[in-house]
Amino acid sequence: MPDHPRPDRAELIDIYRTMRTIREFEERLHAEFPGGEIPGAVHLYAGQEAVAAGVCTVLTDEDYVASTHRGHGHAIAKGCDVTAMMLEIYGKAGGLCDGKGGSMHIADFDRGMLGANGVAAGGVPLSCGSALSAKVRGTDQVSVAFVGDGGANQGAFAESLVLASVWQLPVVFVVEDNGYAQATGTRFHLGGRDIAPRAEALGIPAVVVDGYDVLAVREAAAEAVLRARSSEGPTLLDCKAHRFFGHMEGWDQQAYRADGEVDRLVAERDCLRLFADTAIVRQTLTTAELADVDAAVRVLIDHAVDESKSAKDPDIGELLTDVYVTY
Amino acid sequence: MTRVLSYLNAVGEALRQEMQHDPSVVVFGEDNIGGTGCDGKLGNAWGPTQGLHEHFPDRVFDTPITESAFVGAAVGAAATGLRPVADLLFVDFAGVCFDQILNQAAKLRYMTAGKARVPLVLRAMYGTGMRRGAQHSQALYPLFAHIPGLKVVLPATPADAKGLMAAAIRDDDPVIFFEHKMLYFSHGDVPEEPYVVPLGQARVTRTGGDCTIVALGRMVAEAEKAADELVADGVQCEVIDPRTISPLDTGTIYDSVRRTGHLVVADESNPRCGVAGDIAALVAEHVFDALRGPVRVVTSPHAPVPFAPVLEDAYAPGADQIKAAVRTTIPVLARQEHAS
Ligand SMILES: Cc1ncc(C[n+]2csc(CCOP(=O)(O)OP(=O)(O)O)c2C)c(N)n1
Ligand SMILES: [Mg+2]
Repeated sequence: MPDHPRPDRAELIDIYRTMRTIREFEERLHAEFPGGEIPGAVHLYAGQEAVAAGVCTVLTDEDYVASTHRGHGHAIAKGCDVTAMMLEIYGKAGGLCDGKGGSMHIADFDRGMLGANGVAAGGVPLSCGSALSAKVRGTDQVSVAFVGDGGANQGAFAESLVLASVWQLPVVFVVEDNGYAQATGTRFHLGGRDIAPRAEALGIPAVVVDGYDVLAVREAAAEAVLRARSSEGPTLLDCKAHRFFGHMEGWDQQAYRADGEVDRLVAERDCLRLFADTAIVRQTLTTAELADVDAAVRVLIDHAVDESKSAKDPDIGELLTDVYVTY
Repeated sequence: MTRVLSYLNAVGEALRQEMQHDPSVVVFGEDNIGGTGCDGKLGNAWGPTQGLHEHFPDRVFDTPITESAFVGAAVGAAATGLRPVADLLFVDFAGVCFDQILNQAAKLRYMTAGKARVPLVLRAMYGTGMRRGAQHSQALYPLFAHIPGLKVVLPATPADAKGLMAAAIRDDDPVIFFEHKMLYFSHGDVPEEPYVVPLGQARVTRTGGDCTIVALGRMVAEAEKAADELVADGVQCEVIDPRTISPLDTGTIYDSVRRTGHLVVADESNPRCGVAGDIAALVAEHVFDALRGPVRVVTSPHAPVPFAPVLEDAYAPGADQIKAAVRTTIPVLARQEHAS
């Protein structure tokens, strides 16, 4: 792959830092949520870090991603400021969207992060739009649409595949099949095992990817992104990685999951541990280097949470700004 | 026998009793069972359908996230012999299946000169207060009330939630049934036996001769609070809960305004092209001669729902705004207000 050779030391460290940052961010939210200071709906991404990190490592700052309700990982991997993200989740002044969006609507257009989304598959057509925009403006920017296995059942997703195929848009559809849509297992809502064939039927190259293996995700994403950048049209990655936590904080006792399922997942399929154990990483990075990253990330997240707890509420005047007219 | 029940369980009881009563009633939506078959385990349904599948295993279904398909399927099933109760979860998701509601469900009976009927109930949560942000908090009932062919129901109490759900299921037209998410855990007396609260009959919750307050959904309790507090100012308000906004019981509203001469409408939705403005306009058109002060509407602002708690709390109207509106529509009080 001319564009994306094997990852060098610096990139491997970056990938690890991204995954660790997401993990720490989400575990911390999980720990803080019962305290009652975090308002609203928070959907955690822990367990799926390799997908966001593996895809976004081959994107530039100018590329676009459209995200889902489970969007913290995508935002972090696309380079959003974690303190500003945390402030947003706490609904405080200084949040990425001034506290007006919340966890489900984190966006940072300066980073090509077009937004988490409260509506399943709501962001997928937006990615076709940002891809069209790049095409018409004559840039080589690539757009990535993240969508869950459940969201992939939406008409908006199916229609986006058709549009991207017909218009040959520079877009990469990244399905995150985490096994469940809320409490319903894919076995009972997908009508088939994989999403990939739906794209293939439309002439869109599609691959099923081990979503716990960040280097496998990176390789598949690199090929897809190269294809998009070279005006060769869309690709779909069907990434399999289950979530560690429930659907939503404070709501889900995960009664629908098999006995021992989550314990086994954490013990055997933790993308961070699997990454650290790969030969390529072992030959390139030391345990001490990874530990340094862990320590630095912990400081970063501590800071983000401390700031968020002590930050001011948004100014009440914000209520009526950013809407073109009020009556 | 009457006992205390939550609004959520009142809806659930109506579903169960109507399913018992009529084998053509079917219930479906995302996680209406909750976790179909995952390792044989069930149980993350939340809301009124919790446990329903245990009583009716063949008539409660989980759906994929396919609102266009399953709402449309509810229309088709309704037109061919079933009485489906489909669950949109948040009304905001009507966005992804609006055709099936607006062009299919609403039109079929009329276009076929009555050869087809669509006895469908579409359940939908609405409203602010749960910190869910702009795409999960809207009070979109005016959109549906605008469309001829749809009925729109907004229960404010547990007893009404049960009786109106029964009526909605038995009704032969498509009914959009709005459940306020912040009312789910409110409690009230609910009769145990099945009963029906007819669609299109308002409920007068307080009587009074000085000012009529028409309040919708969650605003009913706010209006009652305002009315109770205004008694101290010597103002007796009449509070009307229309219960259904389409059909709308205009008779009860007009009669009240004829007696009080004053009208305030409290509506959690946005102000433009909404139900509050609509009721104000109807009263202005039909009982203008009785009005002795300006009609006031109390609504949320013309803005999307913000996420941050301080902003969301400032967004939705409440008893204070209703009280202020009553004061400014009654000339004597308005003058006092002005002078103070
Ligand atoms: C159109 C629409 N329908 C329903 C919902 C409610 N909802 C929120 S998340 C979710 C499950 C999504 O599953 P999936 O796409 O697999 O994402 P995951 O939560 O597993 O990451 C549902 C049904 C929604 N947000 N949008
Ligand atoms: Mg999923």
